[in-house]
Amino acid sequence: MNMMSEAAVEKALDKKMNDISYKMIGKDVSVYYGDKRALYDVNLNVRENTVTALIGPSGCGKSTFLRTLNRMNDTIDGCRVTGRITLDTDDIYDQNIDVVELRARVGMVFQKPNPFPKSIYENVAYGPRIHGLAKSKADMDAIVEKSLQKAGLWNEVKDRLQEGGTGLSGGQQQRLCIARAVAVSPEVILMDEPCSALDPIATAKVEELIHELRANFTIVIVTHSMQQAARVSQRTAMFHLGNLVEENDTDKMFTNPDDQRTQDYIMGRFG
Amino acid sequence: MSQVSTSPSMATLGAASKPERRDIGLRGRYAAERRFRLFGMAAIAFGLLFLFLLLFTVVSKGYTAFQQSMITIPVEFSEQIIDKNNERATNPQKLVSANYPVVARNALAKVLGVSEDDRAGLKAVNGMISDSVRVQLRDLVTANPSIIGTTQTVTFLAHGDLDSAFKGQIDLSVAENNRKISDKQVGWMNTLAESGALSKHFNTGLFVNGASSRPEAAGLGVAVVGSLYMMLIVLVLSLPIGVAASIYLEEFAPKNRFTDLIEVNINNLAAVPSIVYGLLGLAVFINFAGFPRSAALVGGLVLTLMTLPTIIIATRAALKAVPPSIRSAALGLGASKMQTVFHHVLPLAMPGILTGTIIGLAHALGETAPLLLIGMVAFVADVPGTPLDPATALPVQIYMWANEAERAFVERTSGAIMVLLIFLILMNVGAILLRRRFERRW
Repeated sequence: MNMMSEAAVEKALDKKMNDISYKMIGKDVSVYYGDKRALYDVNLNVRENTVTALIGPSGCGKSTFLRTLNRMNDTIDGCRVTGRITLDTDDIYDQNIDVVELRARVGMVFQKPNPFPKSIYENVAYGPRIHGLAKSKADMDAIVEKSLQKAGLWNEVKDRLQEGGTGLSGGQQQRLCIARAVAVSPEVILMDEPCSALDPIATAKVEELIHELRANFTIVIVTHSMQQAARVSQRTAMFHLGNLVEENDTDKMFTNPDDQRTQDYIMGRFG
Repeated sequence: MSQVSTSPSMATLGAASKPERRDIGLRGRYAAERRFRLFGMAAIAFGLLFLFLLLFTVVSKGYTAFQQSMITIPVEFSEQIIDKNNERATNPQKLVSANYPVVARNALAKVLGVSEDDRAGLKAVNGMISDSVRVQLRDLVTANPSIIGTTQTVTFLAHGDLDSAFKGQIDLSVAENNRKISDKQVGWMNTLAESGALSKHFNTGLFVNGASSRPEAAGLGVAVVGSLYMMLIVLVLSLPIGVAASIYLEEFAPKNRFTDLIEVNINNLAAVPSIVYGLLGLAVFINFAGFPRSAALVGGLVLTLMTLPTIIIATRAALKAVPPSIRSAALGLGASKMQTVFHHVLPLAMPGILTGTIIGLAHALGETAPLLLIGMVAFVADVPGTPLDPATALPVQIYMWANEAERAFVERTSGAIMVLLIFLILMNVGAILLRRRFERRW
């Protein structure tokens, strides 16, 4: 992608953003872990083809909110979600929605790189295989190659696809996990502090990647680094003590936030 | 350093500003570590000593069991003795019931130069031959009746007492009438040994023969086959049931009072004395279900019940040890719970599951008490064809031989222990190899 076209894409995306089409809509979302309430009536909408960053001090509920978006909270015993979250027009907590199908549409990248202890190829091919996305071996090869290219990992691993995924460096592993998520062709990708275990160079690569992925996917990213939120996102949401404090354009958020608490957090006065 | 020597004032300044060293108890800490290491080494040395003692006593007593004294002499299949009236064409029973021990006795008497009129001498000669010669010669003759009337070189078992004497296990300094073998027989034994007619052979009978009251003809065949059947039954039943139960409990079942209760009960079952399982098997499988007594099938079922808790506990531990991030990764991709478990969790837990299973199997292989209660402690001479036939097991055979009075059973007991230990070692080696195979290298 050369500079010109990149700028063009950027422009097109920003234009699209101005139209504001919401990919996911969260209305009055509350989460309880047993008796403990972790989220208080959060109303947060996720715009299509936009990177939305969730920031806030530790324990503020941003990861919890992220995990409600693909129902990963279901796997936690005693976790209860109230309110309504829609993906396009589907209520994802509706009884008729299959959680397996939901997760094929809303992929996830975790805090710690967690490739399967299998080959690089198998890591990427696993998702498409269980969802029956490839009709033939050639199909699968194409999906694997395309996904690794999208994750910017192809050139580094194309000669050792059959080697173990856990033998890669931390940054490569995280990009492999992104390729694995991308391979299923989800509509939304959730990232839970994807760079917290990476060094600055690997972080820069992943951030660049997030930037490129925005063209095809809607991305929600949880991050502890305000600089990262400023660099990669167009929208930012600030959480504090289980409440959504403010949600705004990233530029505005970091220059002239509406809420005093956001101001204080961004200035480093707490958190 | 040179700078320090050229400017002594700097050096003294440095020394003066250096803070005083605190006593942080380093000496005590290192001493404690040394003491602990010493205790550890002592514990290991103690364990090794007893392992060595055990192996030494078993092997030194048992290695002779793998050799058996046999007599090789020309035997005249005299028509006079076998079929005096030439009835074999009309009466097939004749060849079966013929007096074969006399054939063997006469052959040995001829070699030793004992007159056929010397009745005491003949009796002593007879005491050197194993009674199993009857079956051996009968089989030879019925297989090929044309050898009647000819002289064939035959190798047959020496009597157990002669075998013991030949292996030097009978104290010949004891008064003659206080031991099982007479001076005359010892003399003959030496003659036969010098001429090469009496020699030690590898004891294949130990591995193929069934029970016998004559030690020289007794073997582990029935026990080995019985144990094999039981291990197969235990493996086929307890591995799938145990693994399925653990996967359900660990990955699918909700965590509530009821599953807690089940968990506690499984842990308790693992600690139930094995003889209780024997009683359970007797009540359920034999008295209630009506399965045959002494059968390997019942033994296998009882041992399965006994092994299940072990396998379930080991499998659950192995499943717990799989990092949760792998489950999250698979679920996050949209794998169903079942796909997550079978594609990712189970393969990673496999080495642990296999180790647990083989430890359970090894435990079952060495188990004696429950088998006594379901009648597997029996005199079984014929190798069981199916798991429904009467059989014994290796540890039960050891138990039975240990109760026998004859000297020749002592070495067989130790020999059987060696065979059992070799099976256990093979199983453990198998466990290690399987672990290696299933362990992912990346």
